Amino acid sequence: MNEQVAESEGVQLDAAVGSVEQACQALREAFPGKVRPDEREGYEGVIVDADALVSAALLLRDELGFRYLSSVTGVDYANDGLLESVYHAYGAESGALVFKVQVDRGNPEVPSLVSVWPSANFQERESYDMYGIRYAGHPNLQRILTWEGFAGHPMRKDWREPYYEEDHKPFKTRHPDGGVFRAEDRTPFGRNVQYPPGFDPEKWEDTAQSSVYEGLMREVKEGGLQTECITINVGPQHPSTHGVLRVVVVLDGEEVVDLMPVLGYLHRNHEKIGERCTFPQIIPYTDRLDYVCSMSNGLGYVLAVEKLVGVQPPERAEYIRVIMAELTRIVNHLMAIGFLWNDVGAYFTPVIYAFNERELILDLFEMVSGSRMMCNYMRVGGVFEDLPTGWMEKAQALVFDRLPRFVDEFHRLLTENEIWRSRSMGVGILPAEQAVAMGATGPLLRASGVPYDIRRVEPYSIYDRFDFDVVVRHNADVYDRFLVRMEEMRQSLRILRQAMSQIPAGPVQTGKKNWTIKAPAGEVYHRIEAPKGELGFYLVSDGGSNPWRYHVRSTSMINLTPLAEMCRGHKVADVVVILGSIDITLGEVDR
Amino acid sequence: MTEELTHPNIPVPEDLKGTVTLATWEKFYNWCRARSVWPMFFGLACCAFEMIAMATSRFDFARFGMEVMRASPRQADLMIVAGTVTKKMAPQVVRLYNQMAEPRYVVSMGACANGGGPFKEGYSVVSGIDKLIPVDVYVPGCPPTPQALIHGFVTLHKMIENTKYKDMKWYHNRGQGEEFAIPVLGPDLFDPRQNPLIQSEAAKTSVATNDSE
Ligand code: SF4
Repeated sequence: MNEQVAESEGVQLDAAVGSVEQACQALREAFPGKVRPDEREGYEGVIVDADALVSAALLLRDELGFRYLSSVTGVDYANDGLLESVYHAYGAESGALVFKVQVDRGNPEVPSLVSVWPSANFQERESYDMYGIRYAGHPNLQRILTWEGFAGHPMRKDWREPYYEEDHKPFKTRHPDGGVFRAEDRTPFGRNVQYPPGFDPEKWEDTAQSSVYEGLMREVKEGGLQTECITINVGPQHPSTHGVLRVVVVLDGEEVVDLMPVLGYLHRNHEKIGERCTFPQIIPYTDRLDYVCSMSNGLGYVLAVEKLVGVQPPERAEYIRVIMAELTRIVNHLMAIGFLWNDVGAYFTPVIYAFNERELILDLFEMVSGSRMMCNYMRVGGVFEDLPTGWMEKAQALVFDRLPRFVDEFHRLLTENEIWRSRSMGVGILPAEQAVAMGATGPLLRASGVPYDIRRVEPYSIYDRFDFDVVVRHNADVYDRFLVRMEEMRQSLRILRQAMSQIPAGPVQTGKKNWTIKAPAGEVYHRIEAPKGELGFYLVSDGGSNPWRYHVRSTSMINLTPLAEMCRGHKVADVVVILGSIDITLGEVDR
Repeated sequence: MTEELTHPNIPVPEDLKGTVTLATWEKFYNWCRARSVWPMFFGLACCAFEMIAMATSRFDFARFGMEVMRASPRQADLMIVAGTVTKKMAPQVVRLYNQMAEPRYVVSMGACANGGGPFKEGYSVVSGIDKLIPVDVYVPGCPPTPQALIHGFVTLHKMIENTKYKDMKWYHNRGQGEEFAIPVLGPDLFDPRQNPLIQSEAAKTSVATNDSE
């Protein structure tokens, strides 16, 4: 397999012309008076006037080389009466260029950037849903995480949930006296609900369902047999093992004409709850984002906080973090491959193989953290505890001996399988250009021939110390995504072997453990190469002990953007396979 | 195995012990049912992963006659509510439950399904599935370990074994189950059973503070 790993080849994202500062300068020169530097304390980038946004974005993309728009989100600066739409764009090797549009809270309207970067599609919808920012020109501006008809925009600072107590934790009812009560007892309905004044349930017209089908394409065919398209729903309850995702598919016979993922069936208010929590209190919630990869979610989050408050974890902790993150990557890829095989019909046999190894890795996690899945292990400035006695021996036996053999065995069992090859080769093609434009990251992007791995282009933690290859394949189909994951497991093992041999002794925490941290005012965006792709955390602090804005740039959700592109023209049975090859976790899609 | 079933007051002749058992029909019937519970293949969130782990080699719930997981509610006896029930998902969960034929059971797996769990305070999470459908066994944990879930199943099996005919409503009306009200996605999730309460509360307008946009 090694000759297939080619780092230097492959379609490159165009190198950004100059640095981020130069790009900001160029923007200011091109749009005098409309683009100004963001001069708030602790902030970076530029603020763009709404009317210049689209042309500025085109300039960024076409002239300055920022072809990849990583994240779009909203922030509510309620005290200034402003809503802000925040964008993070990247060139091939540049850091993030941050640009923002500020609009009045009363009439928030921002031009949509979907025409420039299609990756903004779901993210703008989310920002509309959560903040009510209307993105003018968006092809399908509907609610995405809540439902059409939901009252209010929940992430706004003055919107309160039914069980609202206070803005910030710890709540006085519970701390320091430890009061206990049932939140249900405090609302008239005994449930987690509230209704606008004068609401009459008898007269309610349920539009949540019908509105979903708007915006789907129905092909009008020229000549030939005129057949009628039918629309079917796959999910949210469906035997494929990808959670509560619903996909609306328009079919002509068995052929997919159009398709749209309907999200939000696992929307758990991660961000709203996060903004109520103190910085360290968020860590256990991050475990539940992508629940297959709790360790790397935690890593991404604490790195963001560390960047904000400026702490450096000790050496040993850095190594432990890398070890945990790479073990997580192996677990994730095992799951991804196992479930992908479920989708082609090898019902549960590969999964059982994969779960055997997963159990062994989970044992390691349980030893260090006390929990198999929800580890809550990373800490700002280190990790929760040092490795217990006997851990390293156990882990080394796995990493040096058992897992390499297992990956080879898995490879031998699966890769050459005739049925598998015919079901996956040439299915779900995503050309490199489109992958970048639609914001695909992780194995999905690398299987499309783009050697983009954040561990390499923007190394975080201590990834610059290890020898590993960025795995790239060029056929951009389901089969290649499978191969990329197979090979990435080997690369992870390679990193693990180095880390386990080099790990120094010493403390695992800088300073003392704290349940609350004060961060200086400012914003920070930090991204890591999570097993599924780019996982980013955007934090805004107002100088207090909890974030003013806490946003997760969700890999899984944004990787769903190209799903329709990949499925059109294929048979309906391939939809699930293509979905499986993206590898999503609903906890992270919906948060 | 035969000892397990044998009625304490009916003696089995010594030479037939081990081959013949004398039990009440009720006991035998329940004994069979408890050993062939088919769960619905249905996961909601993180807990579903531990549910799958429980199904694979290390824990292997085939030992309890439960390995036949059915994706269709019509063929399933047991709904394992594995994960967070969000408001958007709640109507589907109730609908699935309604579609199951009696006898049907519900195991609520994990803190979220039991009462909202870590996300209870959020605005779009149902504070426990038992607000909408009846639950037979609650399994605590976040997520419950596979062992804990198995303990939940064993508890369910005991419960099934101890059911009396006279309490099996479905046995007398040919498996017809009760239909539960399907909640509706309005400005917030509402349960039609609560309509009068909602109307009377909404009439006291002054309470709401949210912006109405
Ligand atoms: S109980 Fe915990 S593990 Fe289970 S769904 Fe809820 S958050 Fe996830």
